[in-house]
Amino acid sequence: MSARDDWWYDEAAGPLVRPYAMVRGRTRPNAPDLHLVTQVRAAAFASDQTSLTVEHREIMALCARPLSVAEVAAYLDVPLVVVKVLLSDLIERGDVLVQTSSPKIPDRDLLQAVLDGVRGI
Amino acid sequence: MVFVASELTVPTAVKIVIAGGFGTGKTTMVASVSEIPPLRTEELLTEAGVHVDDLAGIEGKDTTTVALDFGRITINTKVVLYLFGTPGQNRFWFMWDELATGAIGAVVLVDTRRLDSSFPSIDFFEHRGIPFIVAVNCFDGSQNYTVDEVRHALDLDEAIPVVLCDARNRESSKAVLVGLIQHSMNRLAAV
Ligand SMILES: Nc1nc2c(ncn2[C@@H]2O[C@H](COP(=O)(O)OP(=O)(O)OP(=O)(O)O)[C@@H](O)[C@H]2O)c(=O)[nH]1
Ligand SMILES: [Mg+2]
Repeated sequence: MSARDDWWYDEAAGPLVRPYAMVRGRTRPNAPDLHLVTQVRAAAFASDQTSLTVEHREIMALCARPLSVAEVAAYLDVPLVVVKVLLSDLIERGDVLVQTSSPKIPDRDLLQAVLDGVRGI
Repeated sequence: MVFVASELTVPTAVKIVIAGGFGTGKTTMVASVSEIPPLRTEELLTEAGVHVDDLAGIEGKDTTTVALDFGRITINTKVVLYLFGTPGQNRFWFMWDELATGAIGAVVLVDTRRLDSSFPSIDFFEHRGIPFIVAVNCFDGSQNYTVDEVRHALDLDEAIPVVLCDARNRESSKAVLVGLIQHSMNRLAAV
């Protein structure tokens, strides 16, 4: 926790300075619905990445395989609200693909697959 | 190189919530079944417990963070299961709503030495009609109650399964998850 506390509760500057700076206070006006488990992954052909920030590039590298929004936030060690802004940038550029649908209650076939899967671990 | 469209699809994600009172073994259970060491992420909430989903003008607002522990089980190439431990602080109900939306269901962990600490979790899932089972975490030798006694003490409906478990044990935690998924399937069949 201590490394994180360092920047997250920066006594002198106040909380939120770093994540706020990272996204420069931007909103996500046209952003897709991103939930905790929404799956994201990098597109096969990413556009020119020279204009991207270090954090954006880190996300691109992480998402070489499909991951949830929550996993990206955890691996990047930034709050969810920040990772959602960064992901939205990449989605808008077409560099990250996302399946936008709100979480649905699984149907019987899906539950059966999960049941078999859990039994098998 | 040729890429087919299907190579770029993403799996279907499902989730299970591991709830219960403070220190009942939620993180322990997530860790014992997850294929990765539990991950932790932070959500930003206003003091009123509402999501901060807009970073513009946030400096002036009273915000707080809530930490979420979660694990992952890759079911197959098309399905991935996430296990979310609920945040200890009950005041973050808004977060609970996000966790519970679309979930397969919830495991409510109970420590018989402090049964009342799991009442708010049970109330939450009951009121929202979310399938849940109660798992009594048997802390060393503290299991002095039968399943029926726990059911009675928690005033649980007959239809809610109550099971004993050791959250540190992978097979035991697996059995709890299997019990929940079966319960959710039964509920689906009943409607
Ligand atoms: N003896 C015994 N100890 C356990 C068991 N499950 C958890 N513990 C211990 O109990 C403590 C609390 O477990 P956690 O998994 O952190 O509980 P939690 O519900 O995540 O706690 P909070 O997130 O703080 O509410 C830890 O020290 C665990 O090692 C169990 O089945 N038996
Ligand atoms: Mg915990």
